[in-house]
Amino acid sequence: MSTRLSKGGRLIDRARPAHFTFNGKRMSGFAGETLAASLLANDQMLVGRSFKYHRPRGIVASGAEEPNAIVNMGEGGRFEPNQRTTTTELFDGLTCTSQNHFPSLEFDVGVVNNYAARFLPAGFYYKTFIHPRFAWKHVFEPIIRKSAGLGKAPVGQDADRYEQTYAFCDLLIVGGGIAGLQAALMAGQAGRRVIVLEQTAHWGGRAPVDGDVIDGASADQWVKNAIQALEKMSNVTMRLRCMAAGVYDHGYVLADEKVADHTPGDGRPKHRLWRIRAGKIVTATGAIERPLSFAGNDIPGVMLASAVRDYVVNFAVSSGDRTVIATNNDDGYRTAIALKEAGLEVPLVVDARSTVTGDLPAKAEAMGIRVEAGRAIVKVKGGKRVTGVSIGLQAGEGAVLEEVACDVVAMSGGWSPVVHLWSHCGGKLTWDEAQAHFRPDAARPPTNQDGAAMVMAVGSANGHLSAAAALADVAAQMGGKASTAAAVTEAPMEAVWIMPQGAGVQLKSKMWLDYQNDVKVSDVQLAAREGYTSVEHTKRYTTLGMATDQGKLSNINGLAVLAGALNDKIPNVGTTTFRPPYTPVTLGALAGESRGEIFQPLRMSPIHRWHESNGAYMEPVGLWRRAYCYPRGSESHEQAVHREILNARENVGMLDASTLGKIIVKGPDAGRFLDMLYTNVMSNLGIGKCRYGLMCNEQGFLSDDGVVIRLSEDSWLCHTTTGGADRIHAWMEDWLQCEWWDWQVYATNVTEEYAQIAVAGPEARKVLEKLGGMDVSKEALPFMTFADGTLGGLPVRVHRISFSGELSYEIATPAGHGLALWEKLMAAGAEFGVMPYGTEAMHIMRAEKGFIMIGDETDGTVIPQDLNLGWAISKKKADYLGKRGQERNHLASPDRWKLTGFEALDGSVIPDGSYIIAEGFNGNGQRNTQGRVTSTYYSPTLKKGIAMGLIKGGMDQMGVVVEFNTITGGTVKARVVDPVFYDKEGEKGNV
Amino acid sequence: MLILECPYCGVKAEETELSPGYEAHLKRYGPGSTPEEFEAYMFARKNPKGVHFERWRHAYGCGKWFLAARCTATLEVFGTYPAQSSAPPADLQAKIKAKRPNWEGYK
Repeated sequence: MSTRLSKGGRLIDRARPAHFTFNGKRMSGFAGETLAASLLANDQMLVGRSFKYHRPRGIVASGAEEPNAIVNMGEGGRFEPNQRTTTTELFDGLTCTSQNHFPSLEFDVGVVNNYAARFLPAGFYYKTFIHPRFAWKHVFEPIIRKSAGLGKAPVGQDADRYEQTYAFCDLLIVGGGIAGLQAALMAGQAGRRVIVLEQTAHWGGRAPVDGDVIDGASADQWVKNAIQALEKMSNVTMRLRCMAAGVYDHGYVLADEKVADHTPGDGRPKHRLWRIRAGKIVTATGAIERPLSFAGNDIPGVMLASAVRDYVVNFAVSSGDRTVIATNNDDGYRTAIALKEAGLEVPLVVDARSTVTGDLPAKAEAMGIRVEAGRAIVKVKGGKRVTGVSIGLQAGEGAVLEEVACDVVAMSGGWSPVVHLWSHCGGKLTWDEAQAHFRPDAARPPTNQDGAAMVMAVGSANGHLSAAAALADVAAQMGGKASTAAAVTEAPMEAVWIMPQGAGVQLKSKMWLDYQNDVKVSDVQLAAREGYTSVEHTKRYTTLGMATDQGKLSNINGLAVLAGALNDKIPNVGTTTFRPPYTPVTLGALAGESRGEIFQPLRMSPIHRWHESNGAYMEPVGLWRRAYCYPRGSESHEQAVHREILNARENVGMLDASTLGKIIVKGPDAGRFLDMLYTNVMSNLGIGKCRYGLMCNEQGFLSDDGVVIRLSEDSWLCHTTTGGADRIHAWMEDWLQCEWWDWQVYATNVTEEYAQIAVAGPEARKVLEKLGGMDVSKEALPFMTFADGTLGGLPVRVHRISFSGELSYEIATPAGHGLALWEKLMAAGAEFGVMPYGTEAMHIMRAEKGFIMIGDETDGTVIPQDLNLGWAISKKKADYLGKRGQERNHLASPDRWKLTGFEALDGSVIPDGSYIIAEGFNGNGQRNTQGRVTSTYYSPTLKKGIAMGLIKGGMDQMGVVVEFNTITGGTVKARVVDPVFYDKEGEKGNV
Repeated sequence: MLILECPYCGVKAEETELSPGYEAHLKRYGPGSTPEEFEAYMFARKNPKGVHFERWRHAYGCGKWFLAARCTATLEVFGTYPAQSSAPPADLQAKIKAKRPNWEGYK
């Protein structure tokens, strides 16, 4: 059993016990340790179930590479799935539950998959769920969805807050082990701006655990001195619990600082996301130990040798009483020695190498530990916990020479440098034959904006695994004098990818590569036989490395097995692509403060507050909020909209049109410029006049529309759609700066400078006259003109333009007067029955008039000619933006779908999005179509459904009855009619 | 996340301050052009793996459009210059040629 030792533990504080629960069971540990250490101290080795076979899973590792010991953390608003217990710090009151089991961790019915394993090989999903076709949707997918995924998704809102910060430095050092700290000391003393990040809660990395001696002192002491020195340097910023997630272009690094994961509810942000721009990045990210592939290597109690050592040395936790070590290198002996020194039993070290020579094995043997060279673990025995191992020859096929009872197997298959950050932005790797790992190739680094190396890997992250070599590497690369560590002579390791090397299929189908996703040696070999020769394909076919640890533990083992099966060299097979983040970053940190009320900036018209306090139902229009309608009493939105329309048609209504885009175009060449921008002529517009215009992109498709007015000899004001203001202003700037840069024109977006109010309806003129200040009669201010003046004492510009079809004034006033003008107009209009109307009433009224709406009648594939707007296209102009595009033969074809009106024969509203069906079927067996609806409403004015749409042949089809499809399967018969449903002669607006 | 120096205001702008405008030095073909010329203007893009000339706007800065010479493979930036240029400056072309001897020129 695993237990807490009475002495030792360099990182725990025995004076500060912490209580927690696992699956509701009360347990306790000490401050300073990880949750995994606490679980082991409470004899909880079994912590989860694997994904596919639901096999029992125990703690394997002591860091970010842990594939098994992941839990649901917390409750309610602090619930988080898939938290790695090996990187989670224990705190008092922590609650967690195990994942992927039913009904309980100890008894799981999904384990039947385990017995069906021979029917669930690699690529099982792809092979099995193809036929019959309907079964995927109705049978297979629901079952797979239910069994897929490990943790539960959180429900409800996150109780915590998150923040983001920016930082800049000359040198960013990732990793707070001895290599990282040494680099920080050298750069800090040289006066450079330095940031040092360490993902765990402790500085120092592995050297203190390994008992290294640096500058004659213990590594622990050296680290303590280094931290003290660094903390005194004002040019050095140090952050614990801060994981560098990714390296991006030009020295940009994203890092996630777990500020309050271990102190939930203390008021601090849970995480802080660092967005760092670094001159250069040093990766001192260390190395990760690899498992060995022997049968039963997934049984709880089989652990990485380094993890077993970490738990004993750092946390005084014994993973078991009797530990058999399986190794192919000298480092594994450090674990044997550490366990023996802690008073635990090590009955045997199984060394795959045929001869054993180094200092460490000699020391182990001197301590009385039995060492067997050239041996292999043939099989691990046990179910939910290791009970023993069978030993054979590494060179053999699995004949058992002896059996040894034990409750832990500590395995060491060699070390792989953490090369993720080096690789994110294009750094290349080289295969180190002697150490059997990929390490950064200094000749092919990731490069920055100047083409210079952007990342430098040092220490064990660069393949210099011992403390002495790591510090020497830092000195060599940083160019300076570093501390020196006492050298320990280690004999070369020997690559072992399968144990024993001649194991048959029986054993290989019990050798796990990916513990979480249940990928075994036999699965990778099967994939190779089936033709998956690329490592990227094999990964996706077998799901190797696709678990939450993203292959940190065993990807190298997997591709070595693949190389073996393909009879190729490992570097030729290569690695899968390393992508950010290094370990998962919670969405809360990425969102930061952008949530709730401040998710996006909000744009408000000067009259916004009035709408809100008068019961308006607001709708988002881009970043604006606009009044959709103003329901009264128990009115539905639909009833309110209909009332607003009828009132505007019979009396007078008011619309807040302030969001309408307004761009001033001014200069000697402004007229010439607008003639290029609009399809019709704007240069000959009289001063004081208004003209409707269309803008197209260079392909000829309609992009925006609006009324242009001429302010003076050299200046025009262009109205755009609400959504188009910024886009059209940018479009103008693009042409002015990049194509016609010798033209003298300014374009200024003044959208927010003015409030604009539409007063529309037969009584509109009376309302303005009541306010008084300027002549708004038909004679003084005819249709499609404007005048500057005052109304009720406020400065205004009054336009006689109409989007509703009624007598209408659009009144602009400086934004600061907007609310005052609105309130004066409301008061003045009271006796004439004025009511505000919203955007939906505006939409329906314009449809009743057959006016197009950008985004309804247009979708980026429609040219003005399709919408019967040929009258707004100049035939005389030699050129305008989109003219050449519209000349293309497809756009000039008579077969194009063109605008008409539609009326359902039964008076109903044609469903939005409906297509007009045509005879026959296309090559995909779908019904042919000949048109579609673009706007469809119930018209309260006409008391029936009306629609606009596009149909092949356009107005030539007038009177024809067509059929629209509906989503329920039936059709709606409708007649093609004139799209102008209301006041066809346009008399009402021109009075 | 790229950094490009705006040649107008001199700010070393981060990509979030910029909006992209795709390939630079396109010649506009309007009415009277052949279908082939118009197609080339509208759709044919070099999309090279290597030296690329492109348009950027310092949209959340000074608002000016500028042009940049950049390697699409390594993201090395050779230089930026005003949009009011019919061709890349001669010294920039020489700099690129020195760094990438196999570069065939901006056309």
